[in-house]
Amino acid sequence: MATGLATKRLMKELAEIKTKGTPPGIVLLNAVALDQWVFLISVLGDETIYAGETFALRLKFPNRYPIDSPEVTFLADAEYIPPLHPHVYSNGHICASILGAEWSPVLNAVAVCITMQSMLASNKKKERPEGNDRYVRSAPSNPKLTRWQYDDDTV
Amino acid sequence: MSSDGEEEFEFEFEDDDEGFDPEADSAGESISDAEAFDIMSPTLEEPPEKKPYDVNYRVRTMQEIMDMQTKEVKKVQSLLEVPADTAATLLRYYAWNSEKLQEQFWNDPTAALVSAGLSPPSSPSTSTQPLPSPLASPRPFECPICCMDYTKEQTATQTLALGCGHRFCRGCWTEYVVGKITTEGESGRIQCMESGCSRIVRAEPIDELVTSDVSKKYHNLLNQAFVSDAPSLRWCPHPGCEHIIECSQAPQKMLNQLVPTVTCRCGNDLCFGCGYPASHRPVICRIVKLWEKKCADDSETANWLQANTKECTKCQSTIEKNGGCNHMTCKKCKWEFCWVCMGPWSEHGTAWYQCNRFDEKSGSDNRDHQAKSRQSLERYLHYFNRWANHEHSAKLDADFYKSTQKKMEQMQSSANMSWIEVQFAKQAVDTVIAARITLKWSYCMAFYLKRNNMTELFEDNQRDLERAVETLGYSLEQNIGDVGAIAKLRQEVTNQSAYVQKRHDILMDDTLRGYLEHRWEFTV
Repeated sequence: MATGLATKRLMKELAEIKTKGTPPGIVLLNAVALDQWVFLISVLGDETIYAGETFALRLKFPNRYPIDSPEVTFLADAEYIPPLHPHVYSNGHICASILGAEWSPVLNAVAVCITMQSMLASNKKKERPEGNDRYVRSAPSNPKLTRWQYDDDTV
Repeated sequence: MSSDGEEEFEFEFEDDDEGFDPEADSAGESISDAEAFDIMSPTLEEPPEKKPYDVNYRVRTMQEIMDMQTKEVKKVQSLLEVPADTAATLLRYYAWNSEKLQEQFWNDPTAALVSAGLSPPSSPSTSTQPLPSPLASPRPFECPICCMDYTKEQTATQTLALGCGHRFCRGCWTEYVVGKITTEGESGRIQCMESGCSRIVRAEPIDELVTSDVSKKYHNLLNQAFVSDAPSLRWCPHPGCEHIIECSQAPQKMLNQLVPTVTCRCGNDLCFGCGYPASHRPVICRIVKLWEKKCADDSETANWLQANTKECTKCQSTIEKNGGCNHMTCKKCKWEFCWVCMGPWSEHGTAWYQCNRFDEKSGSDNRDHQAKSRQSLERYLHYFNRWANHEHSAKLDADFYKSTQKKMEQMQSSANMSWIEVQFAKQAVDTVIAARITLKWSYCMAFYLKRNNMTELFEDNQRDLERAVETLGYSLEQNIGDVGAIAKLRQEVTNQSAYVQKRHDILMDDTLRGYLEHRWEFTV
């Protein structure tokens, strides 16, 4: 459960979403607990290869949020499958520098959603990352425990 | 500030000779102290005369390293007329290459400061008041991170912005900085919390924000980064040792001609060039790296396992080598043979000692029908087995010293010899072990050497040393006889030991000089 530092900030973020709403294509599906939210993400426009698809992005906030980055994964269950994208593994883990080394405490939940949305929007080829099966077989449940190497900044 | 293209190696502490002499002297004393406690070596040997292939180096303590940094910072501070904290941040960004820093700084001070993550000189917060950046008129403020509200007065005291103007409350700054230091181990590159802002949080605000424990850790990390950044410094790789070697004579570009073996104050050798935790003379770092990789790739084979146990060539009893000498006498059938070539030992006394070289001519004649890859594997195993054999013997050092120690006690009691009189045995063991390390690497060298006359000479030297070492090793493993026999043994061991030393010096001297004279050609 988010405590101290995180609580006030998350309350504020939630309040802001309620009053100002979320950007197009991003919907807060639920916030079952203060420290675990799920957003629905879709890519708008005709250019995208993900037209008509909707993905569920789950954010788990650690106690030290927003100093520490949230744990962000695409849901992979009966209802949702993670987008086919060269930076998204089939278990929903995402390789994106903003979720790791380039996280800044100034960023927030909506900013993460926007980044994920644009990561999908710029993609031209539906494929899993190289070594997906190997990674998924041995991946920790928390993607933040994986040591990511960010070597592709094209999508 | 002209650059002649060698700036990456020009990192030197120019006047540290005066500055550090007192410490250097006391360092010398601490070495002799350490040796005085070592009862096995009562006499301090004369420092060996410096060879052209040796490097000058100093063993430093962390305190000395810190003093070096302070000194360097002060120098830059007065040259560039910036505050100490700014000078330190600049130096860290330029990896302590003050020449390069000065060049860039005088060329474009703003660019130099900004790329290092500092405020440009025009900004009011640069030099006079680094923190907190003065707010012209404090207003009520909400921290964008924790969303706490601050009144006008609180904003002035409880919030903080670097020169970039991104303001956050002190609580959030502290959380952030402590996390960076304690969990991520960052020090010199902690940036502003704003997304995409590359402004560096300098030491001064950090010390003010965090507790003394964290501050201590932060400065330790800075010091570690200093050692890793400076090409003339290297940590001693031996466990538990906290010394640092300083050597400015072995830059990367010299490592094709130099093998900068140094001895740390902890008593262990290391290579200053590559950090290998032992001497790998006479082989240069590049070749050692190739060899290590090759061994890791190729040697996890039955062939390697075979190197550890062998059968007696006469009665087929399985024999495990448990001592240093290659002259084996089968316990069961008393057959004497050579552990390396498995040939009868009687042949080793004669001129055709065949143990150290891979006879490629006759080898290829015999293996004409075999695939080429097979031959290269055999060639590799030839050298690898000899390398591994010496490696294995060296691992038994401790046992060798123990059994020798026992014999020395035995000699003292049975032959009524004084403690000092039996030291010859310990010195001989030292000689054998040092020579084995060199021999071991000489096989790695031979594997990569192109076949030519120079290589022939190298292998002649190698063979002579190998033979001398085996003779001495065998003498040292003899049982102690009566008084007369002991006197004879002592004479023998002393002579053989001197000979090994001589052959060792010749091999080392010739090989290391060979690099300087570009005599060696490698096939890699």
